[in-house]
Amino acid sequence: MTLPLTPSQTAGPFLTLGLTWSDGPNVVPDGTPGAIRISGQVLDGAGAAVIDAIVETWQADPDGRFAHPDDPRGSSRSAFRGFGRCATDDEGVFTIVTVKPGSLPAGDGRVEAPHIDVSVFARGLLDRVVTRIYFPDEVDANAVDPVLMTLADTDRATLVALPDGGNLRFDIHLQGDHGTVFFEL
Amino acid sequence: MSDEAQLPRYPIPRGVHPPLLSPAYESTRLRAPREPLRLLPQELTEITGPLLGEGRVGPLDHDLTRQHEGEPQGQRIIVTGRVLDEGGRAIPDTLVEVWQANAAGRYAHAVDQHAAPLDPNFTGAGRCLTDAEGRYRFVTIRPGAYPWRNHPNAWRPAHIHFSLFGRAFAQRLVTQVYFPDDPLLGRDPMYMSIPDPAARRRLLCHWSLDITEPDWALGYEWDIVLRGPASTPRHPPDRR
Repeated sequence: MTLPLTPSQTAGPFLTLGLTWSDGPNVVPDGTPGAIRISGQVLDGAGAAVIDAIVETWQADPDGRFAHPDDPRGSSRSAFRGFGRCATDDEGVFTIVTVKPGSLPAGDGRVEAPHIDVSVFARGLLDRVVTRIYFPDEVDANAVDPVLMTLADTDRATLVALPDGGNLRFDIHLQGDHGTVFFEL
Repeated sequence: MSDEAQLPRYPIPRGVHPPLLSPAYESTRLRAPREPLRLLPQELTEITGPLLGEGRVGPLDHDLTRQHEGEPQGQRIIVTGRVLDEGGRAIPDTLVEVWQANAAGRYAHAVDQHAAPLDPNFTGAGRCLTDAEGRYRFVTIRPGAYPWRNHPNAWRPAHIHFSLFGRAFAQRLVTQVYFPDDPLLGRDPMYMSIPDPAARRRLLCHWSLDITEPDWALGYEWDIVLRGPASTPRHPPDRR
């Protein structure tokens, strides 16, 4: 039996009405050992800040595991939420507070570098757009990551966050010469 | 390669979702990515997802008519249905979030400047978890149509925004449900951005006598179908 899928529609300009959580940006609670802030600006094709987006993140725990029935290894950190969501502010900036995920086994025996999956929702996006955040201090792991390896250097660079003090910066360019790489999955 | 467990696979949907660049919907022009999307292999991050349950949903979150001191203005309605996957399996215990305009077509949102009244008894946001059969149920008021600036004399058909998680990052979906026989649908660039008319119509709820409650509220039914997983799973990763 195959049922036909429900199509996507834009979240529209008033998405914060339904999708705001007070603790949304906290993938981990403030003060968690090793916690980092990842911030970035969402920009449109004219370089204008996208002030009405919501950025969502999903990631493995620091051991590279998920407390989810489809991770056959399970996780010893059942309290780890792994999920973050943050609306952009009046400068188009989002921030999440998280810890770096571990590396992950891929289906072909290779290893995925630590990464965070990202969805962006906004007026003008008829479906979410999906990208990934990689970590700048994982040079060796990034060099053999099965996803990054398929990309040209300039495209790869759009997926690796930049050091920003003790935190990280990850801007999302929806269009343009330095447009962020987006994925179909 | 060990064992029993097999990882699910989510076939990529074709011909269902609107193209990201749909120029009749003005806002897509500067926001839709222009480069072709790259294929992301479905590994553990994609086939898992947040299982957001208890603690997220209060006892009145599903009833948008009881979130304030008084009752909101407008036609009281029940909107209910099941969240299923492509295989027809119910998705239980999954978070469903909704938001909508009030009966006059105005959102309780600072950005909405439409010259229609706000309703002090209506916020227009709700959430619930599906039950063991994948069923969600909201009590709300029928949202009004409202004008927008996309093109001259543009009006959005009445709709309710829905946010679905399913069980996997690959299943995440945000969409809108519309009401049957709305004359605005055929001129709405968002609704019409879905190329396949049959797929479009899957965003219409339908009126149901069974769901309608006597002397109380009209009932509408709308089932939501999320991706996969396919019936032929692939092998799991090594456990190393």
